[in-house]
Amino acid sequence: MPSLGADMQSGTLVRWHVHVGDMVHRGDIVAEVETEKGVFDVDSPEEGVVEELLVAEGTRVPVQSPLARFRSSLPEATTRRVSPLARRVAADLGVDLATVRGTGEGGSITRADVERAAHESAPSPAQAPTPVQAPPSAEGAVVETPSSPPTLLPLPSPPLTSPPAHDAAAAMRAAIGAAMSRSKRDIPHYYVSQEMDVSRMMAWLQETNISRPVAERLLPVAVLLSAVARAVGTFPEFNGHYLDGTFHPASAVHLGVAIGLRGGGLIAPALHDAQRLGPAALMTALLDLVARTRGGRLKTSELTDGTLTVTALAEGRVEQLIGVIYPPQVAIIGFGAIAERPWAVDGLLGVRRTVIATLSADHRVSDGHRAALLLDDVQRLLLAPEAL
Amino acid sequence: MTEVELREAVLTALHRVVPDVGVGTVRTDTDLRAQVDMDSIDFLRFLVAVHEVTGVDVPETDYRQVRTLDGLLAYLLRRIPEPAVVPPRSV
Repeated sequence: MPSLGADMQSGTLVRWHVHVGDMVHRGDIVAEVETEKGVFDVDSPEEGVVEELLVAEGTRVPVQSPLARFRSSLPEATTRRVSPLARRVAADLGVDLATVRGTGEGGSITRADVERAAHESAPSPAQAPTPVQAPPSAEGAVVETPSSPPTLLPLPSPPLTSPPAHDAAAAMRAAIGAAMSRSKRDIPHYYVSQEMDVSRMMAWLQETNISRPVAERLLPVAVLLSAVARAVGTFPEFNGHYLDGTFHPASAVHLGVAIGLRGGGLIAPALHDAQRLGPAALMTALLDLVARTRGGRLKTSELTDGTLTVTALAEGRVEQLIGVIYPPQVAIIGFGAIAERPWAVDGLLGVRRTVIATLSADHRVSDGHRAALLLDDVQRLLLAPEAL
Repeated sequence: MTEVELREAVLTALHRVVPDVGVGTVRTDTDLRAQVDMDSIDFLRFLVAVHEVTGVDVPETDYRQVRTLDGLLAYLLRRIPEPAVVPPRSV
């Protein structure tokens, strides 16, 4: 059961989408779970074959309880035959059977194949070859076990009884409250802000939107998200997770976007690999994310993978939005309303369209000087939106 | 498409985007977005849905004409593509 929020204690397995024996690929939806924040599709982080479903539909279990057991498998290797002799030689020589090309009948792996593979790969002394433990199975097929054996966690304790029917909005509010309280209790927040000139950005948007059909129209927020995702690449101390006293910088930017729910409540699902997406691609992804958020069809990976969050109130008249960090993230960037404001350049007063950006960050991991440089970079990118 | 059908189609599109609002209760002569608390993303989703059912694309430069439901309906009526002329069937 994935943890979908800092405060989440338990969730209900609503429905299975797979059966024992099904082959599952990374990203496949395997189940639906329900929490106070709604129903979410669980997308599989692993690839493998379902061996056992551990939790029955309708059962409520604590966070981190195992829901299913997978048997890891390599698509090409699962049905190749390996002679017992070849298998023993592979173990002796430290050859990974999955990398061996079989020249025997039907592509089966012979001793000669293994010896050839051992000779060809010749690992450097630093590399310890991972010997494959291939338990003999009835068909003699190769089943690769991962180098670290899957942890088979104990079956969950007796399922918690479902809470009595209660106001969903109140539960959501309580969940948000708990998460934000925890954030403020554990994370030493500090804040920097910068007013940014977005006149060029708005002019570029207006111009590009003339030739775009309505379904491809860009909103200012798409450009803001793109600039943040690009800028933070140079500032790893603002992008990642703080867990058990250690900061783990992330290699990708999975950008959480705070989305208000109609009727109250806030959720911040992530756009994966946002650093690779320009404004147009981010806009498409954002529209899809909002539609699925409103329709209650988010994936659990969208709630667990965020490495940095952006919260924006680009409309209205709020000048600044100073966010609260979503643990285990270490920063949150806020944007207020885009408005025409006085702007001084070289002793002369003019009017520009500006937005005030704020950065709330975890002082255990970063400090103000770098935070200021990050915001500087965001402003620089927003001055050349066509290059994003 | 008749005016009644158009109105139905637009209200259906609105309901898709703001399902919590009783679309029958929306005042047609006042600002729509303010009434139903629709932000720019939801408004864009609404226009995409309107385009799907009417074939009419409302460019950003025309947004001020479609602030109210009345304004939107009038705008769409002027621009709905003419249906192809169907020759009479011979009996």
